Amino acid sequence: MTLEEMDAGQRGTIVEVEGGQGVVRRLSSMGLRAGKAVTKVSAMLMWGPVTVRVDNSQIALGHGMAKKIHVKLEK
Amino acid sequence: MKKLLLMGSPNIGKSAFFSRLTGVHVDTSNYPGTTVGYSKGYVKLGDEAAEVIDVPGTYTLEPLSKAEEVATEMLKEGDIVINVVDSTNLERNLFLTLQLMERGIPMLIALNLWDEAKHKGIDIDYKKLESLLGVPVVPTVAVTGEGMKEIIGCISQAAVVDTLNRSHDELWAEVGRIVEQIQTVRHRHHTLLERLEDASIKPFPGIPIAIAVLVGSFYLIRLIGESLIGYVFEPLFEKLWAPLMMHLSDALGGGGFVHDVFIGELVAGEIDFTQSFGILTTGLFIPFGAVLPYVFAFYLVLGFLEDFGYLPRVAVLMDTIMHRIGVHGFAIIPTLLGFGCNVPGILATRVLESKRERFIVATLISIAVPCAALQAMVIGLVGDVGLQYVVLVYVTLFTVWLLLGLILKYTVKGFTPELLIEIPPYRLPSLRILSKKLWMRIKHFLKEAVPIVIAGILVVTLLYAAGIFDYIADFFSPLVSGLFGLPKEAAAAIAIGFLRKDMAVGMLGTLSLSAGQLVVGSVVLAMFFPCIATFVILFKEMGLRRMLASTGIMIASALAVGGALNLIIP
Repeated sequence: MTLEEMDAGQRGTIVEVEGGQGVVRRLSSMGLRAGKAVTKVSAMLMWGPVTVRVDNSQIALGHGMAKKIHVKLEK
Repeated sequence: MKKLLLMGSPNIGKSAFFSRLTGVHVDTSNYPGTTVGYSKGYVKLGDEAAEVIDVPGTYTLEPLSKAEEVATEMLKEGDIVINVVDSTNLERNLFLTLQLMERGIPMLIALNLWDEAKHKGIDIDYKKLESLLGVPVVPTVAVTGEGMKEIIGCISQAAVVDTLNRSHDELWAEVGRIVEQIQTVRHRHHTLLERLEDASIKPFPGIPIAIAVLVGSFYLIRLIGESLIGYVFEPLFEKLWAPLMMHLSDALGGGGFVHDVFIGELVAGEIDFTQSFGILTTGLFIPFGAVLPYVFAFYLVLGFLEDFGYLPRVAVLMDTIMHRIGVHGFAIIPTLLGFGCNVPGILATRVLESKRERFIVATLISIAVPCAALQAMVIGLVGDVGLQYVVLVYVTLFTVWLLLGLILKYTVKGFTPELLIEIPPYRLPSLRILSKKLWMRIKHFLKEAVPIVIAGILVVTLLYAAGIFDYIADFFSPLVSGLFGLPKEAAAAIAIGFLRKDMAVGMLGTLSLSAGQLVVGSVVLAMFFPCIATFVILFKEMGLRRMLASTGIMIASALAVGGALNLIIP
């Protein structure tokens, strides 16, 4: 499952972030990397950005990037 | 002299920290990327002075963005680094800390936002962090100044401890080990502000909230602006200044060249602050009486929204729409700043990553975003014939913004990256910082506007006296009268628009135009040529070629829209 497919309010753990080194490093420096717990806050309509909460911050990222972050849902 | 660098992630209060340390005020806001250039100040260390540099915020030391490139370059010249750390996001911030330590520059750490971390139930054993890292660590609250004395006292103990060269994975693992040992997080309930944070970033109720905030802001600005004009500035001018000026007018003999320069023309034997056009009458009334109240109101409301942390949420909500015009959502922030003054708006486009986005946003701002000075005059002048005409001006400009954006999206080459921003927490703004920022902006406005309006009025009076305006009016009359349906004298106002737009609208006010003509005139003035300050900044930010391209688009669209409006409005 990816961040994009999660429902708002669901929690999960990141298992993999796909993409070029630049994007992966940028995302990881903002807290989005394998092993981190994330909560999806919202997704805008019409393929708009996805907002997640990780640690104590909220990050908004484009739809395309959200599709490349794989998560394992918390049970 | 020693160079002290302030370094840390974006939006963790480095600029507030800098102001506290040096006493130099710099712009701060609650969104990432306020500091795009860098500021310098000085601090006393014993008998020695040291230079302090506020480095733009970076998440890592790999130059992934413009701000990070600047930061990495500056690191080479520093003698000591003060690493400002966000205590509420320790893990992410310590990654940069370890990277900085590897560079081998003496360093100390300020655990900033210490109070916020406490509120969020985060306990940090900073003494232990100090012994784990081997460099001084001081808890600070930059906004109130807590911990600043201690930081200055610790600068001499700044240390170099490790110059290892670890991989990213090793660094993250190390960060994890450190955080585990020093941080405990207590569970607690969400506060009202946090619930509001989540609510305002969901499509519902986020979008209705955004509309309410924008409409509310507009009404609030108008209410504050109009009240200040009606109850403070107009009475001051009419009751105090006008009698004084009448005495001066009598002393100057009630007419003649000198009288015209200082007082202007009397209307029915009286001074009319909007019609007379003398340096001491209209020249003072436009910046102080008509525009200043609106500039004050606009920046009061904007400053609150900035420091509260609302604007990045608008960026997320607007992202889908903004992509339709070829830019991502963050472009809404420079655009909103442009409503105050186009110059800071265009400067703020630096936060956008691609050249294409910067060109599109800067061009759209200079064409379709009216500054506060222009708006104040338009609301005053056009509002007199009916509020629906003011609305018509705004609707026209918004349509131009949208259509032009669509056209630019398909014609300007380049790419538009996806949105990736940190959404700051809501923070109740500090009154001290809010008022300081407001004062800086007002000072900037007055310094910019007053000399140019006065010089402009002098130029206008001279050109009228020399008959040059008649020549300009005749020359451009096919355009001004034929295309725009305005009296040919309006050519003078359009020409003066190059100096200042507020003054140009003031000149339209002397031509006794019909409501439709006022709308056409206001729209043409808003779109045609940016004022000289905007022109200079477009040139500086984009270079000659792009500035000329921008100007070409501007002239073409102003002619087209002005002509079309003239045909549509009866």
